[in-house]
Parts: sequence; C-alpha cells; structure tokens
Amino acid sequence: MKKYTDQGKKDTRSGFGAGMTELGRKNPQVVSLCADLVGSLKLDEFIEENPDRFFQVGIAEANMMGIAAGLTIGGYIPFTGTFANFSTGRVYDQIRQSIAYSGKNVKICASHAGLTLGEDGATHQILEDIGLMKMLPGMTVINTCDFNQTKAATLAIADHEGPVYLRFGRPKVPNFTDPEQEFHIGKAVMLNEGKDVTVIATGHLVWEALQAAEALEQEGISAEVINIHTIKPLDEETILASVRKTGCVVTCEEHNYLGGLGESVARTLTVHHPVPQEFVATRDTFGESGTSDQLMEKYGLDNKAIKEAVLQVLKRKA
Amino acid sequence: MVHKVNSGHPGGSLGCTEFFVALYYEIMKLHDTFTMDGIGEDIFFLSNGHISPVYYSVLARKGYFPLEELNTFRMLDSRLQGHPTTHEGLPGVRIASGSLGQGMSVAIGAALAKKLNKDEHIVYSLHGDGELQEGQNWEAIMFAGSKKVDNLIATIDRNSQQIDGNTEDVMALGDVGEKFRVFGWDVLELKEGNDLKAIIDTLKDAKKRSGKGKPVCVIMHTVMGNGVDFMMHTHAWHGKAPNDEQLAIALDQNEETLGDY
Repeated sequence: MKKYTDQGKKDTRSGFGAGMTELGRKNPQVVSLCADLVGSLKLDEFIEENPDRFFQVGIAEANMMGIAAGLTIGGYIPFTGTFANFSTGRVYDQIRQSIAYSGKNVKICASHAGLTLGEDGATHQILEDIGLMKMLPGMTVINTCDFNQTKAATLAIADHEGPVYLRFGRPKVPNFTDPEQEFHIGKAVMLNEGKDVTVIATGHLVWEALQAAEALEQEGISAEVINIHTIKPLDEETILASVRKTGCVVTCEEHNYLGGLGESVARTLTVHHPVPQEFVATRDTFGESGTSDQLMEKYGLDNKAIKEAVLQVLKRKA
Repeated sequence: MVHKVNSGHPGGSLGCTEFFVALYYEIMKLHDTFTMDGIGEDIFFLSNGHISPVYYSVLARKGYFPLEELNTFRMLDSRLQGHPTTHEGLPGVRIASGSLGQGMSVAIGAALAKKLNKDEHIVYSLHGDGELQEGQNWEAIMFAGSKKVDNLIATIDRNSQQIDGNTEDVMALGDVGEKFRVFGWDVLELKEGNDLKAIIDTLKDAKKRSGKGKPVCVIMHTVMGNGVDFMMHTHAWHGKAPNDEQLAIALDQNEETLGDY
C-alpha cells in the first residue's frame, strides 16, 4: 500500500495558527476574534502582526458570534476562535440566527474538538459538534487530520463565501499529508486504493485508518482509505465510486455515531447504493478525563478498533 | 398588515413608530440604494425583530421596496417574514432578528467594521427593554463600554411591558440607564419617547456625544400600543392582532393611515 511518513508530530491547532499568520499577511479583510484562549488557538503571531484586526472578546462566546456576524457587514472575513464545545453547543442559537440564517461569511474555528483534549474531561470535550453544525442550512463543515491539512484548510476557507465550521484538535499527532497539497472544500482525498473494503476517516482518525490499513494488508486484506475532510458538503461521488468497488464501508470519526460523518455516509449509501457499514465513533456517550491515547483506546477510536470494524464488516459483506 | 394575516406584534410597533420615522427621515444619513455593507452611510439594526410591522412600514415608505409588498407580510413566499431576515433578500435588512438579545453584538461588529474602514458614520440599534433579560446583551454592553465602541447609538424601548406582564414583575430591570452607565456608556434618558420632536432632539444629542470614547445609549420611554387607546398601557397587544371592529376603531384614531397595510 501507499506509504505515508510522519514528518514529525504536531498539533492541528498549530496548523490553524500558521494558517492565520499567513492569512494575516496576504488578506487584509481577514480579522480574528477570540474568547480568552489566544494561546490555545495559536493566534499570537496573527495578533502581533495585526493588532488592529484582532478582537479579544473575553469569556463571552455568544457576543463573539454576534460581533463576528456584524463584522461581515462592511466586508470583513471574521475567524472566531475558541474550544469546539464553546464554538457550537454554547452558542448554537447565535450561530443559527445571526450567522447561518443571516448568511454571514463567518469562519467558526474550533480547537480541542472530540475526546483528545484529554484531562479536562467531558465539560470541555465535545462529541456532538459535527452534528450540530451540519444540521444548519448553508453551513460548511470541515474536520482536518493533521497540521498541514489544517493550515491549508484555514487558507482555503477564507476564499470561500459563506459560513464555515472548521474543527481541529489539541494533541500532537503525526503530520503526514503533503504540505504543498491544495485544499479543495468538498473534495475527498484518496489516500490508498484498495479493493476489499472502503475506510472513510476524518480528523485524527485518518492516521489511525492508515495504520489499520497497513495491519490489514499483513493479513491479505486490501483497504481503500479515503480522507473526508469536508463532512458537508459530502463528496458523495468519491464515496459511491469506492463502495461500488469494495461493497462495504467503515466510517471513522472522533464524534458520536449519532449525527456525525458516519450518518452522512449512511444516508448517501441508503439512497444510492446500500452496503454493510460499521461505525468507528463514540456510542452516544460523554467523554471523561484521561490522556488522549487512553481515551481513544477506551472509546474505541484507535487503529485497533478500525481493524476490528473492518473484519466485522467483511463478515457481513460475505 | 397585522390584521390582514391575523398575527404579528402591534403593541411594540405602535410604541416605536415615532422613533422609526425620526431615525429614517431626520437622523440617519443614507444612500439612495441599499448595499449590505452600508459603507459610507449610517446603518440600523433592529434587535427586537418582532416589531417588524413598523420596521417594514418605514422601509417601504423610504423606498427600499414597493409599498404594495406590505400586503404580503407573514404570507407564504413573502420577503416580509414574520421576523426580519436577510434570507429572502429584503432590501434594508442586514441581519435576522427575532430570537432576542443578539442585535447589540451584531451592531458592535458592524461598528468595529466601520472603524476598520475609517468610515465615520454611525451604527444605530433598537432593543426592547424586556429583551435585556437575555444575557448576551450584557456581554455586548460590557464589550462596547470596555472597548470604547463610540460609533454606536443603542436605543432601548423602555415601555415596561413584555408578554407576561410588566417588566418589573416578570424580571425587574430596575434603573436601566444606571446599568448602562456603570458599564461605561454615555446614557440619555428620553422621557417623551412618543414625541417626534423630543426623539429627534435626543438622537441629535446622542450623535453629538458619539466619537468621544463611549458608546451612547438612549433610554426611550414609550407607551406600548401608542395611538390606539385600547392598546395603550397594557401588554395585552404585544403579539395579538385586532379584529375587524377593533381595526376600524384603531384606524379612526389615526388620521394619517394607508388603511390595512
């Protein structure tokens, strides 16, 4: 199978910070807002270089979303920054009315998504945010897998007209995508072609999916690995072409199996080409404190869980 | 309008009619054609979106859209939704409002954009007093005072009424002006909030006070249902339409009217 090399572990939030720094230099319409989490969102460089284009709103996320909506009136492209929980659940109605329904060009950038922020526990983790955001008409939903992809996505969404939810995380994870690879919103990335099973992964689980595919290859199973970074709009064409070939699918995400990528894929398959599907996702539960690795293992979100899911779906296919 | 579709919010609309007329005809500097960005002109946000009848009426009379379109209020396929929205592309409206408490944040954002654009025009906003019970307002009020958003003039419709009764019974607001003051705002009390001249004078005063390091708040004391005797001084007509007989009485009490628009 195609080999991917870890160029060195990095956090996806730093990819966002690097993207913001570059945007600050090349796009004078880009402004950023933060709710008392500048360091966590890696915004220091953007702020240092563009003090007039940064707004510290304090611990007041609802106000931040409204101000961001207002800043678009006058031609600016606001990027809001806080943890994923406080970027979505806490401010759902503000996003719904002032941003999504009002059609405002706001980029909601959410760090510390999923379980992997670790020790802070369930109050700061969120496993429902993809569902919340993809339900909003007109909202684009992106979940990036490594530093390079997050930086590329940050740059790409500035050129996209309309509200976007960009989801990334805290832990340092393998950085393996090509730094020169362009980011196309709504276009899946084919990471490895295979014939027995389609493994569709988003976010931190993409690297785990590649690890699982390598292990499966040792057992003679050929896994096609697709990175879906844009959950909405979903690249149905690529997904359907793959499952028509393989006949079964495993979806992998650091999110509840209700409302996430897996359900979006399932809907597509049900309508166009029903095949067996297994879900690597959390099972309608909150998270808890622990290290990132411990949590991913306990909640069944690592490469071992993906491999097991593949073996299970292959049985159903047969 | 409200009578025709047997739904809508006449009370607050009547209470703020003079404000809208003053704002759009005497106070704001406006371009002839509407643009979303509103660069080089004053802009207005309605936070208490349920008083859409008066908002739409004034926008139509100012030429943002045909007067006849008022006939479509709250009807299927209309740009005049029950609560204002940008979603159907109605000129004059820059944000959706209805879910309360969000307009001040948006107005602040637009005011910050004006500062970035070195556009010296003013951002005006209107909020219900009951709406101040929504916590987001206080985040916004704190921000505007702290960050010296001094190109913002926020008016509070202090009619002391909300759906469930008097604001002081439902959730006491107390001295609203003092609350804004301690959050760093310059506050003007407008006692005669249904007197056109008093409104114009106060808003002109507010404009003079802008640009001096503090956001400006106008506490506008109005009478809900003003101009229709049986709708005045009660919360009963917050969100209720008049029947045929009541409409006839109401129209009789107002010399200048286009009828059931």
